[in-house]
Amino acid sequence: MSESRPAREAAKPVEQYALRLGDDALVLSHRLTEWLTRAPDLEEEVALANIALDLLGQARFLLTAAGQSAGRDEDDLAYRRTEREYRNALIAELPNGDFAHTVVRLLFFSAYQWTLYRELEHSADPDLAAFAGKAVHEVGFHRQYAAGWVVRLGDGTEESHDRASAAVAELWPYTAELFAADELIAGLVAEGVAADPIVLQARWSELVGAVLAEATLGVAPSAAWRPGGGRTGLHTEALGYLLAEMQSVHRAYPGASW
Amino acid sequence: MTVHDQRSIERTAVDIVRAVPDPEMPYLTLGDLGVVGEVTADSPDRVHVRLTPTYLGCPATEVIARDVEAALRGAGWPAVTVEYRFDPPWTPDRITEEGRRKLAAEGVAPPSRTPADGPVPVSLSRPAPVDCPRCGARETGLLSPFGSTPCQELRRCSACGEPFPAIKAAR
Repeated sequence: MSESRPAREAAKPVEQYALRLGDDALVLSHRLTEWLTRAPDLEEEVALANIALDLLGQARFLLTAAGQSAGRDEDDLAYRRTEREYRNALIAELPNGDFAHTVVRLLFFSAYQWTLYRELEHSADPDLAAFAGKAVHEVGFHRQYAAGWVVRLGDGTEESHDRASAAVAELWPYTAELFAADELIAGLVAEGVAADPIVLQARWSELVGAVLAEATLGVAPSAAWRPGGGRTGLHTEALGYLLAEMQSVHRAYPGASW
Repeated sequence: MTVHDQRSIERTAVDIVRAVPDPEMPYLTLGDLGVVGEVTADSPDRVHVRLTPTYLGCPATEVIARDVEAALRGAGWPAVTVEYRFDPPWTPDRITEEGRRKLAAEGVAPPSRTPADGPVPVSLSRPAPVDCPRCGARETGLLSPFGSTPCQELRRCSACGEPFPAIKAAR
């Protein structure tokens, strides 16, 4: 695989950006599909599967865009990278906990994607802008679904409230990474290609704060511990297991397609 | 090829593309669904079709592209290319009147009309009523915003009690 694989550094900044967003979508899509046959009821199973499918559709576009300079297609990027080469934020890869954990993560993530795609609709990159205009509509449904469940669980029984509250406490520190700026982001923001993380975080906090308040989950904790590293390929142990499963067929049958 | 010939060829081609049935809702054509964009012929043999997906992850998109290609080849075009474009994005408002009628006849509620554009609040309320395709009652409730295809949701009629699929409204 070596000669047909130029180094990642050959990727243009907008391609590196697309890789981050595409990996976020792909990895969370895989986590959500782990609920299939295990969801609390049929409607939730259908819902989580649909959301996973939407995210997979996003990943296909974004990874295709990410691999253009390097001549790598979506399958090559999804199936032939190790965890150190993945650029997703850590919140997407954390193992599924209970259902409360899943809907709280989905609330945090879908609110992030919604604010992000709303901004990217005006991106100076016309392909990214057209994609975002399409995806924002779909993510609106994810947000609606997640918000509805977080309110039901948070403002539900003592047990459901405690579980939702524990999920918020566990996941909250990981949200900081979604809005972390670095050289790549700063350069693309200056060119009008990427969304400004400061703008995103302000809107996101407003959206999520309103849901948490309605869910009687109070004000989100201000975490001093803010794990990161996903954008540079430093992941939790969980991603390796996820990729091992996701890539197993491709490893067993190299080049398989269907 | 004169401009007149080209227009005529393109009209024939677009009619063939619009008549292809949707693989997941075969009672609808692609024309009814509103996913057919520009169809261009730069020579009598070569035709280029632009489609737009309803949803990014819709598993039907690849089948649709193959079906369109097969239909045009079957009608005698040797060189067919099909391309998906996101801009302008598909919305349920692109379903034609004929499409809405066919959906209702199949027990799938057509989408409610899009309200004026504006910020989307985080809320469980729905923008506009969806009528029950079975008894016509206006009082129906959302069971799940997701259904058997990416473009559908699941509702239940408060009058007759029957659950039914509906095309999701734009939001």
